[in-house]
Amino acid sequence: MESTQVLDAKGLACPMPIVRTKKMMDTLNSGDILEIHATDKGALSDLTAWAKSSGHELLDHQAENDVLKFWIKKG
Amino acid sequence: MIYPLTAKEVAKRVLEGNLFILDVRNEGDFNNWKIEGKNVTSINKPYFDLIDGVEEILDHLPSDQDILVVCAKEGSSKMVADMLDEAGREKVFYLEGGMKAWSEYLQPVKVGDLKSGGELYQFNRIGKGCLSYFVASQGEAAIIDSARMTDAYEEFAAQKNLKITHLIDTHLHADHISGGRKLAEKTGGKYWLPSKDAEEVTFSYEPLEDGQEIKVGESNITIQALYSPGHTIGSTSLMIDDNYLLSGDILFVDSIGRPDLAGKAEDWVGDLRTTLYTKYKELSDDLIVLPAHFGKMSELNENGVVQEKLSVLFEKNEGLNIQDEEEFRKAVSENLPPQPNAYQEIRQTNMGKINPDEESQREMEIGPNRCAITE
Repeated sequence: MESTQVLDAKGLACPMPIVRTKKMMDTLNSGDILEIHATDKGALSDLTAWAKSSGHELLDHQAENDVLKFWIKKG
Repeated sequence: MIYPLTAKEVAKRVLEGNLFILDVRNEGDFNNWKIEGKNVTSINKPYFDLIDGVEEILDHLPSDQDILVVCAKEGSSKMVADMLDEAGREKVFYLEGGMKAWSEYLQPVKVGDLKSGGELYQFNRIGKGCLSYFVASQGEAAIIDSARMTDAYEEFAAQKNLKITHLIDTHLHADHISGGRKLAEKTGGKYWLPSKDAEEVTFSYEPLEDGQEIKVGESNITIQALYSPGHTIGSTSLMIDDNYLLSGDILFVDSIGRPDLAGKAEDWVGDLRTTLYTKYKELSDDLIVLPAHFGKMSELNENGVVQEKLSVLFEKNEGLNIQDEEEFRKAVSENLPPQPNAYQEIRQTNMGKINPDEESQREMEIGPNRCAITE
């Protein structure tokens, strides 16, 4: 997938993965894709819920070893 | 200033006072499991909807009550509490360790003195609705359905100068990881497990069979096993001091056990019915039932103990009053609540087949116990 930006949130504990995601998302344009790498296990349900409540689209997510990867398209 | 509240302090407020909770986890987690109590009010607003500011929720917070902010692990609740503080709210608290710590807190409450000398305590895992029991007599202790957090029992035993000699599980648990085996290894005590639930376990244990008597201390405290299948095929109740019936996950104060957590609901419905409607019926009406779970805080009596007389349960517990067998079958096998979180992995762990690290074990136990047919 063609990501516009990649955010490395590995090693960060809640709430930082989402705080960083939101800040970076604010700098992007509608339709851009942000790729996020996180290790906090809560990131999956929280990023999913956050994307929904803020009008973005979670395109895909994968787990690679201990790293969770997300692709979110800005709404 | 924001202040931490430990799970123990929160438990005290939940049981004795009142509490206003701003739960900042996501909506799904909040709806699945939250801190509840008679005088607890909670609202949900995910922390990720508050990153730009807390103004929109200020109006929803009572001005005359302390606010406790709660999240899964602590970090987000601290962030939101700080923001509320900056917005001018005074006395904002956050739950230290989050819902994980809430899930793990054990509160010991005395049930009563034993006729033949000794004491019986109920350890209430309030956050998850799990109950375990501590029998103390003449320098010795037996623990029944021990939780994973074994320190709480060890500290309690040390304070009272007791040697832990028996660890008993009424059945192979599916909602929490048993601390019984670990405690037995540490203390040299015996670990008892119903043999019919233990066919696949990878460790040695003392088989708990119908009629088995277990003595605590030199004197006369006897724990007597009564085979009572239905929640699992091995489920065994324990009579203590001819006065208490530890019903495990078979009979609760407001509900009855579910037969489906080992994937054999259809096979075990008949066992469950026989246990509840025949075996228990033959027992003395005066027995005080002490279950292994509760579903709602209203099941705690004025002393904070979850207990009820068997005669009262036969009168009031709906699960004991379904006369039609087909209707009973439906009640215990259809439209059941969701299963406990990670219940299959928890069973495997309790059999010794998998050995997850401590952090994984904590994650597996998140959520309510869900061992009853109703929520």
